[in-house]
Amino acid sequence: MTILLFTLLVGSVSIVAGLLGALTGLGGGVVIVPVLMLAFGVDIRYAIGASLVSVIATSSGAAAAFVKEGYSNIRIGMVLEIATTLGALGGAALATHLPTRVIAVVFGVVLLVSAWLSVRRHPHPTGSRAADPLAGWLNLDSTYPTPDGPRSYRVRSVGAGFGLMGLAGALSGLLGIGSGAVKVLAMDQVMGIPFKVSTTTSNFMIGVTAAASAGVYLSRGYIDPGVAMPVVLGVLAGSTIGARLLTSLPTRWLRLLFGIVVTALAIEMIHQGIRGTL
Amino acid sequence: MTARTSSWTDERFEGVLGNVLRWGVMASAVVVAAGAVIFLLRHGSEAPAYHVFRGEPSDLRTVSGIAAAVRSGRGRGLVQLGLLLLIATPVSRVALSVVVFALKADRRYVLITLFVLGVLLYSLFGPYL
Repeated sequence: MTILLFTLLVGSVSIVAGLLGALTGLGGGVVIVPVLMLAFGVDIRYAIGASLVSVIATSSGAAAAFVKEGYSNIRIGMVLEIATTLGALGGAALATHLPTRVIAVVFGVVLLVSAWLSVRRHPHPTGSRAADPLAGWLNLDSTYPTPDGPRSYRVRSVGAGFGLMGLAGALSGLLGIGSGAVKVLAMDQVMGIPFKVSTTTSNFMIGVTAAASAGVYLSRGYIDPGVAMPVVLGVLAGSTIGARLLTSLPTRWLRLLFGIVVTALAIEMIHQGIRGTL
Repeated sequence: MTARTSSWTDERFEGVLGNVLRWGVMASAVVVAAGAVIFLLRHGSEAPAYHVFRGEPSDLRTVSGIAAAVRSGRGRGLVQLGLLLLIATPVSRVALSVVVFALKADRRYVLITLFVLGVLLYSLFGPYL
């Protein structure tokens, strides 16, 4: 194989990954890392470095659209970014010390959990639990647009959500992924933020979280231009097309298909990680 | 001054942030693609060796090294510059938020946003400190 062929193949796979990632909401990075490793034999450190920068590209591209629609809550995002960026710095530092087989196994497990979280439909928690005074102090409560005009919401359990965000950041820094599934879980399920606000704010935060570990990855030599270039351009092209198609495709079947692919990749990652054949 | 402060509504703030993100991504994609063309013309027929981790040479993993590589016209240097622009996009978004919260005289959020900015700058420039 030549570098040209490698670039074209990785670029094509990345377009598909970006497309599926945008359509299912899982993000393209989660499939890129295992595919680079298992199909192209790329070292896991180059793979997570390339994935991380592609995560910044898709997050910023999508956030640009969502921010304008008025769904994302910039205050919530900024407060929680304290936790995600500190977590990401810690995760990236950990990545440079852990054996790669351990990272591969952790990656596989996180893939399985994310796939399960995003396929499963959670009922949005409702109830009369008191609003968090911290949310009031931080001015987090806000409104979001609905067809019947703006609807207001209150934020609760800021501390617990903050802690979970630290974990999301650490996983992002360790594995080069966006950890969108954990971020949405923290906001939607723990903090009681409306689902649409949670997903768009999560997307908004992913780029900042990833940027915090990207500096560490860059200085450790994990970001190889030959690997990152086709991944970034491919994922960006795929997710841009995906965002346009979003309304016209049967996303339920795609989510199921993507879930199966991700599960298979996750099992293979864990298997090879344990055997040490990566 | 009051007129200026009140003109920074959340909607306007969000519109500007959206543009910063969109232009940052587009600019970096163009630079990465330009670097890719040079890199592939020069090295496209070589064999890839990404299965062994060597770590990037020092001139492709620091801001000053990348700047020097770009000046000498290297494709890989240009790709790294594009990736740096991409990393800088969310950082500039946070920096802009500091300014906007300051204009809104929201001291609490100026501090929160400055902290996040500090973590990001430490990550990017920590190796030099």
